[in-house]
Amino acid sequence: MRYIPNSPEERAEMLRAIGCTTIEDLFRPIPEKFRLREPLRLPSARSEAELLAFFRELAARNAAATEYAVFLGAGAYHHFIPSVVEALISRAEFFTVYTPYQPEIAQGTLQALFEYQTLICQLTGMEVANASLYDGSTALAEAVLMAERLTHRREILMARSVHPEYREVVRTYTRTLGLSVRLMDYDPETGGLQARAVTPSAETAAVIVQSPNFFGVIEDLEAIAARAHEVGALCIVVITEPISLGLLRPPGELGADIVVGEGQSFGIPISFGGPYLGVFATRERFVRQMPGRIVGQTFDSRGRRGFVMTLATREQYIRREKATSNICTSQELCAIMATIYLSTMGPRGLRDVAEQNAQKAAYLAREIARQSGFRLRFCGSHFNEFVVHSEHPVALVLEKLRERKILGGLPLERYYPELRECFLVCVTEVIPRSAIETYLRVLDEL
Amino acid sequence: MTVTPCHVTREEGLIFERSRPGRTAYSLPPLDVPTVPVETWIESRFLRADQLAGLPEVSEVDVIRHFTRLSRWNYAVDLGMYPLGSCTMKYNPKLNERVARLEGFAQHHPLTPEELSQGSLEVLKTLEDLLCEITGMAAGCLQPAAGAHGELTGLLLIRACLEARGDARQKVLIPDSAHGTNPASAAICGYRVQTIPSTERGLIDLEALRRAADSEVAALMLTNPNTLGLFEEEIEEIVRIVHEAGGLVYMDGANMNALVGIARPGDMGVDVIHLNVHKTFSTPHGGGGPGAGPVLVTSELEPFLPVPRIVRRPDGTLALDYDRPRSIGRMRAFYGNFGVLVRGLSYILTMGPEGLREVAETAVLNANYLAHQLKDTYEIAYPGPVMHEVVFSDKRQRAYGVRNVDIAKRLIDYGFHPPTMSFPLIVSGALMIEPTETEGREELDLFIAAMKAIDRECRENPELVRTAPHQTRLGRLDEVSAARRPVLRWRSEASSAPSGSPSEERVASPEP
Repeated sequence: MRYIPNSPEERAEMLRAIGCTTIEDLFRPIPEKFRLREPLRLPSARSEAELLAFFRELAARNAAATEYAVFLGAGAYHHFIPSVVEALISRAEFFTVYTPYQPEIAQGTLQALFEYQTLICQLTGMEVANASLYDGSTALAEAVLMAERLTHRREILMARSVHPEYREVVRTYTRTLGLSVRLMDYDPETGGLQARAVTPSAETAAVIVQSPNFFGVIEDLEAIAARAHEVGALCIVVITEPISLGLLRPPGELGADIVVGEGQSFGIPISFGGPYLGVFATRERFVRQMPGRIVGQTFDSRGRRGFVMTLATREQYIRREKATSNICTSQELCAIMATIYLSTMGPRGLRDVAEQNAQKAAYLAREIARQSGFRLRFCGSHFNEFVVHSEHPVALVLEKLRERKILGGLPLERYYPELRECFLVCVTEVIPRSAIETYLRVLDEL
Repeated sequence: MTVTPCHVTREEGLIFERSRPGRTAYSLPPLDVPTVPVETWIESRFLRADQLAGLPEVSEVDVIRHFTRLSRWNYAVDLGMYPLGSCTMKYNPKLNERVARLEGFAQHHPLTPEELSQGSLEVLKTLEDLLCEITGMAAGCLQPAAGAHGELTGLLLIRACLEARGDARQKVLIPDSAHGTNPASAAICGYRVQTIPSTERGLIDLEALRRAADSEVAALMLTNPNTLGLFEEEIEEIVRIVHEAGGLVYMDGANMNALVGIARPGDMGVDVIHLNVHKTFSTPHGGGGPGAGPVLVTSELEPFLPVPRIVRRPDGTLALDYDRPRSIGRMRAFYGNFGVLVRGLSYILTMGPEGLREVAETAVLNANYLAHQLKDTYEIAYPGPVMHEVVFSDKRQRAYGVRNVDIAKRLIDYGFHPPTMSFPLIVSGALMIEPTETEGREELDLFIAAMKAIDRECRENPELVRTAPHQTRLGRLDEVSAARRPVLRWRSEASSAPSGSPSEERVASPEP
């Protein structure tokens, strides 16, 4: 086997050296009755060429963005990834390493993560960030648990316009702990959350709002956070499309206590839903209740700057059942990808790409609204996603688009039964004008 | 303070310190749609006013040099042996990287209609089926993003199953040799943790288990082989005790590398197991993730698995089934760390059944070889035939004032990554070594020679060991002051802390 260096002779010599006659001797501690007598029923070993052909055939069965113009967003976004990102993270020194427990031989990972934490703070306007969680949805669940630890309150108030799958994850995490989750409805005109719909009580640990929300609508975070703070609840802001931060005011300026989100847009392939990047940032005074790995600056025995994992007394390998989270392995390589992406884009690049997303989405939205049989469902400000209401059956519209190699959007009925006639459309910078014009022609022909 | 001049590539600053106004590294095509000012549809009070000040302004060359230089300060599996116990740092095949990067996978949106997602769904379904065969379980879920996430999923499944039996319970039993994630996961599920001691042989104390296994026991969380590298020989009796008490058996599959193709947890009566694809199935660990922690269960637990489930329709096509009324719900958005899972499948199909068996055989042979060659030099806390890893202690070297951490740091000078030291907690001064099957005899002999040389140094020149490493760019780092006065982000010299926030020097309080 090509991944096993020992030759048959070396193997035999090693067995002799330890006083065994057969390999089977090594497994004596396993009761005889449990030792397999037959090989596992798995496909037989395949060569590299056969395997590549097998996976190429499978990959070709997917409608990927190389073949289709994809107007799907909803928590996963097609953005252009600069070539430097893959070139750099493909270095074995980044991807074949473990969690940096030995800082003297892990400064590359540690410094990159310190830079990542800084970038997340700059973008969100928060004071501290961790070195990543699994994804946006689990980052939100961890934020809820943190809010409970900080406030000792048992109720969560969550907007219905938070990504439906994120809401499901929050429910899974909170149900066994007995936390109750109360939902706040969106305004049927704007698609946003009205401040007066935010009704926390003295039992509310946190108010959760997403911006831009699942409908793409930008929320009035300042007013919503103020409502939370009136009763001493925390305001958790969710961001599933962080490219929006190139254009929008950071939640840290608007009263957010915890900002969580999905960092996939920052240079990470869309890859059928993962691996992605859980972003988590908060206020400095809450740092000792923050979950996940944190990298801090320090100095070595000769006074030179270096970086280490720090505040470990929050973590499971020190505190066991009293830890702030059970998380161990998270998504550090994805955090490094985001660091490389953001360093490459810089302030102007991020601003430009955000502007392109907004302009392209706005153009398609304006033009769709002019088509007979179609209108924008919500009037609130949007970034790169918006909801279309159709007089034609949604399935038919999307089918017609698909015939022209366009994945035109996400039907909303499964998530919001009242939006049966609606679908969510996303436009990013990778969608060319020609695809937008084709899209409009298809609608026109209906 | 005078600083000795150092080669520029060894003194790379932060990316922010490289920033110069006007440098750029990005390129975008010109905007090709008619534009209107953003303020006409986004209220201006929602717009950012700070121009993203502080983000680095660098060229593409700066980016490449910066991160390439940083990467050279890391030790990696591709450079040499990385014997972190219970972490299974084996070689990460390059083929799998190529497979995961195929555009049909990498550019496939997770909300693409099912009929246009058959390739990715086939990857997931095939992997789920193969993992069931490897573990001897009935069904599985690939959503969990890492081992600890799998533990949480597994315990939630156990809770749901017991509630369905009308017998919700309060506590989870965990051996004292367990990894820290086990008790932390149990706590998130609302369970009380009761620790089960180990015997002097390092195995679970059956008498203590019997006493603890009362009507409140929801589950036993068992790592097998355990973190001492020992197989729990009484597994059949352990399972019987827990089942008779009405509890379920959760197996932490972190150490599955010792068992693949040799024995199956399902055959031993385990009810739930998680696997670490980033350990046993060779996917790169990435400096702390991404991983994948699939959970496999018995048929009794299958109805509770997270949504969506991947199901095969009568016509052979695959679909996502959300209509699962008894499900514990969703563990994360979408379907799991697909990019990691596809690499894992590629690995399993490369190995085949004989190859996987050879993995376990070689991993166990390598660990026993190390144990045999070093047992006269370093104390083995719990002697016995080991499986895939061996735990030494610093007991003999402590006589010279040298601790496990010193030995670990000195190993760096010899060109090896140090072993695991933070657990098992029942071994004082632990050095937990897992060579994996992807080290050959030559590398193992070099490692053995290094360990013996360090032992000599402990006796002849302990100060040399205590102050190691000596060959790295930086010396030992002060982790205590890093935690006492946390500096968790860079700030420009010009900018101060934002108004209203405490300074970086102040230790944050735990409560608002």
